[in-house]
Amino acid sequence: MTNSVKIPSNIKTFFIEIGELSYFAGRFFKEVFSRPFEFKELLRQCYNIGNRSLLLVGVTGFILGLVFTLQSRPTLANLGVESWIPSMVSISIVREIGPVIIALICAGRISSGIGAELGSMRVTEQIDAMEVSGTNPFKYLVVTRIMATTLMVPLLIIFGDAIALFGSAIVENLKSDVSLVLYFNEVFNALKFTDIFPATIKTFFFGFAIGLVGSFKGYNCKKGTVGVGEASNTAVVYTSMLIFVIDFIAVFVFDIFFEI
Amino acid sequence: MKDNNHIEPILKIKDLKKSFGDNHVLNGFNLELFDGENLVVMGKSGSGKSVMIKCIVGLIQPDSGSVEIMGKDIMKLDHTELDFLRTEIGFLFQGSALYDSMTVRENLEFPLRIHKDKLKRKDELVLDALENVGLTHAIDLMPSELSGGMKRRIALARAIILHPKIIIYDEPTTGLDPITAKEIIELMREIQLKHGSSSLIITHDVDCARVISNRMILLIDGINYVEGTFKELLALKEKKVRAFFK
Repeated sequence: MTNSVKIPSNIKTFFIEIGELSYFAGRFFKEVFSRPFEFKELLRQCYNIGNRSLLLVGVTGFILGLVFTLQSRPTLANLGVESWIPSMVSISIVREIGPVIIALICAGRISSGIGAELGSMRVTEQIDAMEVSGTNPFKYLVVTRIMATTLMVPLLIIFGDAIALFGSAIVENLKSDVSLVLYFNEVFNALKFTDIFPATIKTFFFGFAIGLVGSFKGYNCKKGTVGVGEASNTAVVYTSMLIFVIDFIAVFVFDIFFEI
Repeated sequence: MKDNNHIEPILKIKDLKKSFGDNHVLNGFNLELFDGENLVVMGKSGSGKSVMIKCIVGLIQPDSGSVEIMGKDIMKLDHTELDFLRTEIGFLFQGSALYDSMTVRENLEFPLRIHKDKLKRKDELVLDALENVGLTHAIDLMPSELSGGMKRRIALARAIILHPKIIIYDEPTTGLDPITAKEIIELMREIQLKHGSSSLIITHDVDCARVISNRMILLIDGINYVEGTFKELLALKEKKVRAFFK
């Protein structure tokens, strides 16, 4: 008698997708080091991804710093430690809140955009047309986009963190007459190498995940225009999940090396 | 009909089979396309015409059978060799498949990327291709600014920019009004006469087949059911064949 365990279809699909995504990532690493290098397209993608997300990241960062300071202030004031605000806000934003929130914003803005763009190119046979003309579409479309997000998302996060700290400084300036110079002196005194370095390293992985999932969903899009919407939607969901998983792993690993 | 008995075909498909699950689309399809010939393959929707041409250019891997282009079996070529062989084939997609983030000029320059010698003459080649389709004024437009007929013409210009030996047309007149469809057919004839290329045309448009074909194949039940000139097929009394000409 054989005892067969029936695996629910959604769990099976999940593991199949993980396998396909890993294969897709493997293909990226294989192609990224082989010629021809599509520098022109890479620069175009860097410009598109970086420049077009700048305003969104700036506004989100500013509001994040503003709200975080406003919400924390009363509790710290009750304890009589308002002077801790610059250090507390800066460490929280630089280490965790800034990278994660801005990466999630980028997942919504960039990953869904890549998913929809490549998805519509797939269903309108533009990717096939590229292949037929003797160009490797994976290299031209996928490798350049993943490289661009890996390079640009960390820059966007650094920019977002800076704007968030600026927002926080404005609240402090208005609420307790702390000058911007004094505020940022406190910030730079509080921040250490072990706050900035691990937080910056993980942003490269966030960027890689955003590009990888968006490209994977778009490049393998099926089922016509419905599939394009699905690719865009699932790209955001999967990327957001992956950002939290990467964040957990990063904190766990860096805790071993840097005792954060 | 010309005697092709002693001439090597430029494109040869032998016993091509392709299934998607239980759906057997191609069940041993054979085809020979000769130099300078216009061969039309007709079949119902879903009969496997598009699958067959995608097997020719390596976009779909067949289950069995062989595809030889200019004597080279495409299944035995590595990726680089296949990419270079593909530049000998012009492909007009059913929906034109213009790159919508690029201008008409950039669309036409794209196939030149892997030919450094031709890339140096890109302006001349782009203008020449656009002159062939009568759309030089559209050079800086985006695909979203073009009508359906103009898109098809630009796609045709892109397909011929490398002066390919074989041009594959996937439903070239589908979705166009009768007048534009006639213009496209006329353009196909002009290009064939000017460049001397061979054409493989996939269509279910009887008018297109009548005007352009030297020879025809009816693709029914995944095989080349019957072959001959348009007149020869028109004269057949068989029910399955008659259904195409009603």
